[in-house]
Amino acid sequence: MANMLKLIKNPLSKENPIAVQVLGICSALAVTTQLKPAVVMSLSVMVVVALSNVIVSLLRNTIPSRIRIIVQLVIVSMMVILVDQFLKAFVYDVSKQLSVFVGLIITNCIVMGRLEAFALSHKPLPSFFDGIGNGLGYAVILIILGFVRELFGQGSLWGYKIMPESFFDAGYVNNGLMTMPAMALILVGVIIWIHRSRNEDLCEK
Amino acid sequence: MQEIINIFVKSIFIDNMVFAFFLGMCSYLAVSKTVKTSMGLGLAVVFVLLITVPINYLINEFILKEGALAWLSPSLASVDLSFLSFILFIAVIAAIVQLVEMFVEKVSPTLYSQLGIFLPLIAVNCAIMGASLFMQQRDYANIGEVLSFSLGSGIGWLLAIVGLAAIRERIRYAHVPAPLKGLGITFIITGLMAIAFMSFIGIKL
Repeated sequence: MANMLKLIKNPLSKENPIAVQVLGICSALAVTTQLKPAVVMSLSVMVVVALSNVIVSLLRNTIPSRIRIIVQLVIVSMMVILVDQFLKAFVYDVSKQLSVFVGLIITNCIVMGRLEAFALSHKPLPSFFDGIGNGLGYAVILIILGFVRELFGQGSLWGYKIMPESFFDAGYVNNGLMTMPAMALILVGVIIWIHRSRNEDLCEK
Repeated sequence: MQEIINIFVKSIFIDNMVFAFFLGMCSYLAVSKTVKTSMGLGLAVVFVLLITVPINYLINEFILKEGALAWLSPSLASVDLSFLSFILFIAVIAAIVQLVEMFVEKVSPTLYSQLGIFLPLIAVNCAIMGASLFMQQRDYANIGEVLSFSLGSGIGWLLAIVGLAAIRERIRYAHVPAPLKGLGITFIITGLMAIAFMSFIGIKL
């Protein structure tokens, strides 16, 4: 059990998929202008990684290694189609906002990376926890980004106004740059900076 | 004709794959260490985009779209297969990448050995899948527009990765704080490049 806990805990900081393994950045930045799509996206990725990890790990002895990439792609795209249809049915407005990025979970490097690095050589249960852990690690960064960008870019959180009117009367203005793509990149740079100055051993030579 | 040129310019500068949508970030960060290799990868991406997006356009137009099967028989006019688009698009991309790989190996072994591992990895590059999904979402009117869109996005991606590689070759001689070295500073540079590219917003022919 301690092992399982480690599988969940490690990706949160020491082996964070975004800040350390540099996987899955593509979708992480585009969906974080607001908190709500960021949370929905992280949940979708977590579900897809965990379930496809389990399926691939169940099939790991029967998949011929030469065509494994295409088999994995098919499994992942099936999961993504399920998630996409689910989002369309229950949270249509968020699904519109996420647009193509739900489909892009297929080519999200986190999914392929975990399948290749973990699920192909481990039993289903650890693979499931590995998927959940990496999904959570991804979620942490997305939620930080979504929180900062929505709060300072639009003065709201989850669509509700947070910044009091009196701030605006006193001359406070929303930072429009925060809603721009450029700022997402710089924020990730800053997160990596803080993360690495706290974990010296992660620094690059 | 004007519309085609307009889409071409727009997809290079304004809707740049990297700076506006963060697509293809994984290989963008991993392969941008020297100008030479990044040029090779960039050209391969342009090439694969130029083939896959029009093929996916035809698939979407004649098979997947609502009412697209009407050419087979009028009774199929109400069939909407668009939920299958993820799995068909990724299958086309994986197949084309495999073909391109075999073709390049046969025709130019030198180019093949230069590109090495990056060529098969293009299949899971989000820029390729993203371009197909954007094509579907934006509903281009004819194949000419799709061709100019795919060529433009490819060149935009090439421009971004070669530019970043050139900056990274230089920054090796700069004194960067240790925790920021490597990944962190690369993100911040990309952010600054994205801000520079924002100045193109509003250009219309």
